[in-house]
Amino acid sequence: MAISNNKLTNDQYSDNFSDIHPPFENKTAALVDANRCLFCYDAPCTKSCPTSINIPKFIKQISSDNIKGSAHTIFVSNIMGAGCSKVCPVEKLCEGACVYNLLEEEPIPIAKLQRYSTEQAMENKWKLFDRKPSRGKKVAIVGAGPAGLSCAHVLSREGIDVTIYEKEPKGGGLMTYGIAAYKVTPEFCEDEVNYIISIGGIEIKYNQTLGKDVSLEQLQNSYDAVYLGIGVGVARQLDIPGEEMEGVVDAIGFIYNLRANGFPSVPVGDKVAVIGMGMTAIDAATQAKRLGAKEVTLVYRRTEAEKPCTDVELDIAKLDGCKIIWLAAPAAIKGNENKVTQLICSKMKLGEPDASGRRSPVDTGETFTLDVDMVIKAAGQVPFMELVDQYRINNKNGRITIDNNATSVKGVFAGGDCVNGGKEVVDAVQAGKDGAAAILKYLFP
Amino acid sequence: MADISANFLGIKSPNPFWLASAPPTDKKYNVLRAFEAGWGGVVWKTLGSQVKNVSSRYSSVDFNGGRVMGFNNIELISDRPLDINLKEIAECVKLFPDRAMIVSLMADNDKESWHELIKKVEDTGAHGFELNFGCPHGMTERGMGAAVGQDPVIAKMVVEWVMEAATIPVITKLTPNVHSVVPTGQACVEAGTNALSLINTIQSVTGIDLDTFVPNPNVGGKSAFGGYCGPAVKPIALKMLTTIAQNPVTGKVPISGIGGISTWKDAVEFMLLGSTTVQVCTAAMKHGFRIVEDMIEGLNNWMDEKGFRTINDFIGKSVNTLTNWEDLDINYHIIARIDQDKCIHCGLCYIACEDTSHQSINLAYGKPYNTYSVKEEECVGCNLCKLVCPVENCITMEVHRKGEEYLNWKEFQRQGLPLNDH
Ligand SMILES: Cc1cc2nc3c(=O)[nH]c(=O)nc-3n(C[C@H](O)[C@H](O)[C@H](O)COP(=O)(O)OP(=O)(O)OC[C@H]3O[C@@H](n4cnc5c(N)ncnc54)[C@H](O)[C@@H]3O)c2cc1C
Ligand SMILES: Cc1cc2nc3c(=O)[nH]c(=O)nc-3n(C[C@H](O)[C@H](O)[C@H](O)COP(=O)(O)O)c2cc1C
Repeated sequence: MAISNNKLTNDQYSDNFSDIHPPFENKTAALVDANRCLFCYDAPCTKSCPTSINIPKFIKQISSDNIKGSAHTIFVSNIMGAGCSKVCPVEKLCEGACVYNLLEEEPIPIAKLQRYSTEQAMENKWKLFDRKPSRGKKVAIVGAGPAGLSCAHVLSREGIDVTIYEKEPKGGGLMTYGIAAYKVTPEFCEDEVNYIISIGGIEIKYNQTLGKDVSLEQLQNSYDAVYLGIGVGVARQLDIPGEEMEGVVDAIGFIYNLRANGFPSVPVGDKVAVIGMGMTAIDAATQAKRLGAKEVTLVYRRTEAEKPCTDVELDIAKLDGCKIIWLAAPAAIKGNENKVTQLICSKMKLGEPDASGRRSPVDTGETFTLDVDMVIKAAGQVPFMELVDQYRINNKNGRITIDNNATSVKGVFAGGDCVNGGKEVVDAVQAGKDGAAAILKYLFP
Repeated sequence: MADISANFLGIKSPNPFWLASAPPTDKKYNVLRAFEAGWGGVVWKTLGSQVKNVSSRYSSVDFNGGRVMGFNNIELISDRPLDINLKEIAECVKLFPDRAMIVSLMADNDKESWHELIKKVEDTGAHGFELNFGCPHGMTERGMGAAVGQDPVIAKMVVEWVMEAATIPVITKLTPNVHSVVPTGQACVEAGTNALSLINTIQSVTGIDLDTFVPNPNVGGKSAFGGYCGPAVKPIALKMLTTIAQNPVTGKVPISGIGGISTWKDAVEFMLLGSTTVQVCTAAMKHGFRIVEDMIEGLNNWMDEKGFRTINDFIGKSVNTLTNWEDLDINYHIIARIDQDKCIHCGLCYIACEDTSHQSINLAYGKPYNTYSVKEEECVGCNLCKLVCPVENCITMEVHRKGEEYLNWKEFQRQGLPLNDH
């Protein structure tokens, strides 16, 4: 048992990380599904999309051979429509609401159709938006993630000059550094960012960290408004003995490594335990397995009924051969020469509902032991509390509080994960749109 | 098991399903394959003076992903030598004596040509003729085809020539490219035709290539009006058939129904409106001859279910249900009902009614699913919601008569009853 990198051949890596949602084979295949769409009125799919994409319309436009129009319909509501078509948990959003479900029929593959139109737009670099002439106002955005990019695009369309400050060397936020590699490739993420900023009027300054390279005051002085789309940070501490040992890693960091540095370079154990059952936990578990871990076990303190991930995500983990232990909470990590050898878990049972409305896990007092050489922590992410406190921005445990997208600091707006604590890309995109609308109102009262 | 055999002017066929005069009946090879597949009869591809065809020849109209909702051609009559056709007809008649063999004719526009052609074809042992007065393209410019069928006087003259010479039954095939098929039909019956068939193809332009700007089918950068057929034309054919079946003169002769028939159900509809046999072209061209299997089985099962022993038990049964609008009962009133258990909340009924009809459907907002219900007092019973609803039997139309007694429009006016106030 050992943690090591380079566990697989290059072919195995590319097999394991190939696109989990392949596109349509060709136009005919897309049309079969496009033509199935009933073109619902006040469509449940649209209502279930946080960005309210007019889904029946964009699908109809595929049927009518108006792919440009289709892509525009998508992007006008969701500038990351291409990425969302690959990463959205559609089973709980648009596709989950498709009326075909009520007939016990397969829903329209909305994401796949969305990919069909947006991919053509990106490949052909269709120019679907024109900027309004510059209106002489400048806005600084911190974070080139989905929230920041979405906000930037709306503002640029409206003739605002936007500068984005991004701490990483690449844009896209967690799209580029967090989301499972079998959903989006680094090349795609880069293309998507470039496509978004191709409208003009948006400059991204990379390797610029707020609080280090630039301060909020500086931004406030140089710009007419500031938008914070800084997301959330590393995974929550487990606060259990042994957490500091070699072999205990943070899921966000683990995934960041494999997204940023390439699969062969990422060390992974032979027997891996992943703590948590959210999207991040699933992604960490499946990707540990795909990197060559022999045994991966997801450990979750509640039952399947309370799990935060969707059934579809859980199925991916199961199909990847990950084991699942419900009603188990990490109690301690044991090791040998500072290297992890065991995870001790408390057996839990369900008690009364907690603040989230889900039944809370209660310790039974019994424990069991897993032999592992790696523990990945994915029990929620921690917001950038220090940073927001430093600038006296009102927050709740680091989550920025907003009123109509405005923070407590005048002229500073915020949205996305840094406000909601960590949802989906599509939520962040909508937050960016809302933020832009609020900024426009602020600039042109 | 019902008896589905047909007897058309003494021409017997094991079923009423014939192949229409067209490429499927153009040569022995096809016709033998058709008979082997089970077709009851064929109308051999039209014979006349030999012609030459162009390339391409066909185009079609697709609908919502379905191919060939309508089909269009600029083909002419048979472009094969007459003697080969005649030899092959004779061979087919010998090999399948129990099947109907009708030969379609379009001679040059003089009596001698017709008489000569009739004589030659009768020598093959064929059972009947079909006079092609319908081809809408190519032949009309030469005073043949639809040019004959569009002018009752000429049609009458040609039928008279034919009747002088023919010793086997004569069917006259009518063109739909007229404002009414009845005048020509009547002229032909008066001239002695033994039966009528309809419809031939409808003149059309099926579409234009938006890159080349040339309509299809494209023949080296140009196109020509073609003849439209296939499922799209069925409603038009049924209407024309009804006018022939209801007319006291034309209604007396047997009819072979044609136009958009693809299934046994289509065939039954044509028969209910007076067709003794039906003819099929496009459906066979799209799927091959095997479609006749289900036509035979479907007709059989339907007749058994309805208790019909022979096809004569139901031929023409619906002819008199089509009346003048003035005779419809104004007191008959229906109201839509939405079955909430079946509803999938697609909103199609709502938006159709709201935007284009009588604002009779109520929308109760829900996320993501709205609830739709009918405002009974507003519903005029137009059927639109039911027609657009994608779920079988989700919207039904229920009878709520406005009055006990039958009341037609004339009577309504006479009594001075109130008109709509909004
Ligand atoms: C492992 C994992 C898997 C996920 N899988 C999915 C999925 O499959 N589908 C889905 O829809 N969502 C998924 N998500 C969630 C999704 O990635 C986020 O909700 C979304 O990216 C949030 O967008 P954002 O712009 O608010 O924040 P982020 O994407 O986090 O972007 C914030 C940006 O700000 C930058 N930044 C942070 N601090 C500073 C600073 N001080 N100065 C300058 N720049 C800074 C960051 O580098 C980053 O580029 C996943 C998240 C994780 C962690
Ligand atoms: C390619 C093609 C060629 C045709 N040629 C003839 C013909 O030679 N003589 C004729 O009477 N009708 C001809 N027709 C018309 C058909 O016999 C038939 O009347 C018409 O297609 C309507 O039937 P459908 O809807 O089943 O196709 C032709 C139709 C097609 C499609």
